[in-house]
Amino acid sequence: MDKVMSHKGIIALYVLPSLLLILAIIYFPILLTGYYGLMKWDGVSSMSFIGLENYAALMKDGAFWNSVYHSFLFALLSTLSLAVYMLVALVLAGNIKGAGLLRKIYLIPMLLSSVAIAQLWLKIYHPTNGILNSFLVSIGVEDPPAWLSDPKLVLAALFIPILWQYAGFYILIYYAALKNIPASLVEAARIDGANPWQIALGIKLPLISEVVKVTIVLAVVGSLKYFDLIYVMTDGGPNGSSEVMASYMYHKAFRGFDFGYGSAIGFFLLIICMVATWGIRKATASKDTIQYS
Amino acid sequence: MKRKTFSASMLLLALTLVLVACGGGSKSNTDGTNSTASGDEGSKASSGEKVTIKMMHLWPDGSNSAQNKLVKQIIGEYEQANPNVKIDTEVLENEQYKNKIKVLSASNSLPDVGFTWAAGFLEPYVKGNMFAPLDDLLQGDLKDKFVSGTTEAYAVDGKTYALPVELNIVPVYYNKEIFAKYNLKTPQTYEEFKNIIKTLNDNKVTPIALGSKDAWTGSFWYMYLADRIGGPDVQDQAVASNTFSDPNLIQAAKEAQELVKSNAFVKGFNGLSNDEAKSEFMNEKAAMYAMGTWEVPNYTTNPDIPQEFKDKIGFFKFPAYDGGKGNINDWVGGVGVGLFVSENSKVKEDAKKFVSFFVKRWGELSVTDAGIIPGTKVDTSSVKLPQMFIDVLNELNNANKVILYLDVQMKPVASEEHHNLIQALLGNAVTPEEFAKKQEDVLKAGK
Repeated sequence: MDKVMSHKGIIALYVLPSLLLILAIIYFPILLTGYYGLMKWDGVSSMSFIGLENYAALMKDGAFWNSVYHSFLFALLSTLSLAVYMLVALVLAGNIKGAGLLRKIYLIPMLLSSVAIAQLWLKIYHPTNGILNSFLVSIGVEDPPAWLSDPKLVLAALFIPILWQYAGFYILIYYAALKNIPASLVEAARIDGANPWQIALGIKLPLISEVVKVTIVLAVVGSLKYFDLIYVMTDGGPNGSSEVMASYMYHKAFRGFDFGYGSAIGFFLLIICMVATWGIRKATASKDTIQYS
Repeated sequence: MKRKTFSASMLLLALTLVLVACGGGSKSNTDGTNSTASGDEGSKASSGEKVTIKMMHLWPDGSNSAQNKLVKQIIGEYEQANPNVKIDTEVLENEQYKNKIKVLSASNSLPDVGFTWAAGFLEPYVKGNMFAPLDDLLQGDLKDKFVSGTTEAYAVDGKTYALPVELNIVPVYYNKEIFAKYNLKTPQTYEEFKNIIKTLNDNKVTPIALGSKDAWTGSFWYMYLADRIGGPDVQDQAVASNTFSDPNLIQAAKEAQELVKSNAFVKGFNGLSNDEAKSEFMNEKAAMYAMGTWEVPNYTTNPDIPQEFKDKIGFFKFPAYDGGKGNINDWVGGVGVGLFVSENSKVKEDAKKFVSFFVKRWGELSVTDAGIIPGTKVDTSSVKLPQMFIDVLNELNNANKVILYLDVQMKPVASEEHHNLIQALLGNAVTPEEFAKKQEDVLKAGK
């Protein structure tokens, strides 16, 4: 085996198929999207080159910046909600009774497709027949809000299913990381008289800080390009009040037949995601990794 | 041991390469058939060759069972008469269909036969050389079969690119039982209409089911107001001249917002889809519902819906507006979907023959079997129809004008913005003046 892996030619040969696939399916289309962004193209007839006009229009497009704002709001909220997930994971990893069962329960939303989740929450939020409003009426609320059609409430109403949808995923990641912490460290701290809070904040969190950084990047980038649930539940509406970058791109390209503009939005979205990732890495970089052994 | 792993991995690699080579080979094979196919002019089925025609339609068994069955029946008949032809169908629900057809056209792989919408939707496909002109059919096989003025909606630069199978108008359906319970009569004037809404609200009945998350349904109400206030030509002219500043159009927007303020529509309508709104009406929780005549089968022939409910449903014309220029016999409506043949189809001639057969047979069967008013002329004396259909057909005969849906008239970007603006207008997020201004801006942009 060593002999095979030390032969550079063979390594290259083995890497080649997946490299070609990645190039053809991911990197090449990215470049192509950037290229289409320079075109005036309705997606059907032939395109014509218009330079940076689409990008210039994008910079001045109020509706687009509105969707950027919504996307970043989602990113911020998702990042903050990581703290909640962490809290749950800390409790679960603390060897409480039924932790295994609870972990599975938290994971179930992960197994559902976004569309199924969206349909489920559409029923919950239904302004007259939904269980949420039925409940509100039953406890005496006179005129419960129409969650998905009120521009002021729609973002909050959309965020709750998203929070719920990803809970299992992050809790599972944190749980696994916490379980990896050597029991001897926790034991030693306990003997020294540290309470559970001190153990969590002083020992457990620093030890899994690398994992936390990764989840922050995942949460931010995931929110910035979030699409499916919003598409099914509100379609960006009413009147763009729940529009995010990805849904705006979709509307411009597929509803408005403006694939050039849509591509420009897509490429811009990519750049925003890259900058966000880079920024987070930079902001959370620490000089040396923490070790307690 | 090392040697063994080495040879094992080399074997694996060799097998992979073989697989890759096979893949390449089959690809060049298909390329080969392509080139022969494009060289072959005319019908292949008549020369005895086996032909498969791919067809996409938008009537899934669940939601549009009558149309679905009829399509299957016509295909069955055609396949029986032409044993060399096989027709493969792919069925998608309306919105998904729209999206898929765009994706397919972008990758140049449209089905041989499919459905398209008129005017604004069709134009980019024609400009992109995706649809085949069907004028030879209209001059030959299908001469004088269509209701005059229907195929024009699919014409670009004098050529017709699709053949209509549906003609629809938008009546306001109402629940007779609810109306009778509160002693209400179908409205003749807008004042009466507003009184009905007030009475229903006083009795805690939702007056109108509307699901304007699918904003085109909200557009119906705006269009009727604009017509009744500003007359039959005001909207056509607005789109044609790219202006939206006619005071009548702004007045209509004001009236639409007044309707919302009077709680005319179901709660949370901007967040409900059309299907959700429809179920409010079908479950008799709302008294009225404005929708195209494609819904009439649900109130007449559809066997899945209880007769008891069907008997309760009637329709009325949108009432006249006091002092307005509109005619009560103006209808919002237009041709629905039409059949196209793909320009790049390898079996174009066979596809055209099939389309011609389909349209003729559809015209004979669609009203009686599926309850669809076809684009072709219907001889009402020879067919037995439910009363509501005869009423609708009679209304069509007496129609002063059928105003083509605003969103269909507009170009794609303007149409999309129209949808947003309708949501904003009904959601009270813009003033009527802003609504008109923004609509004009996007019309002027010409996209």
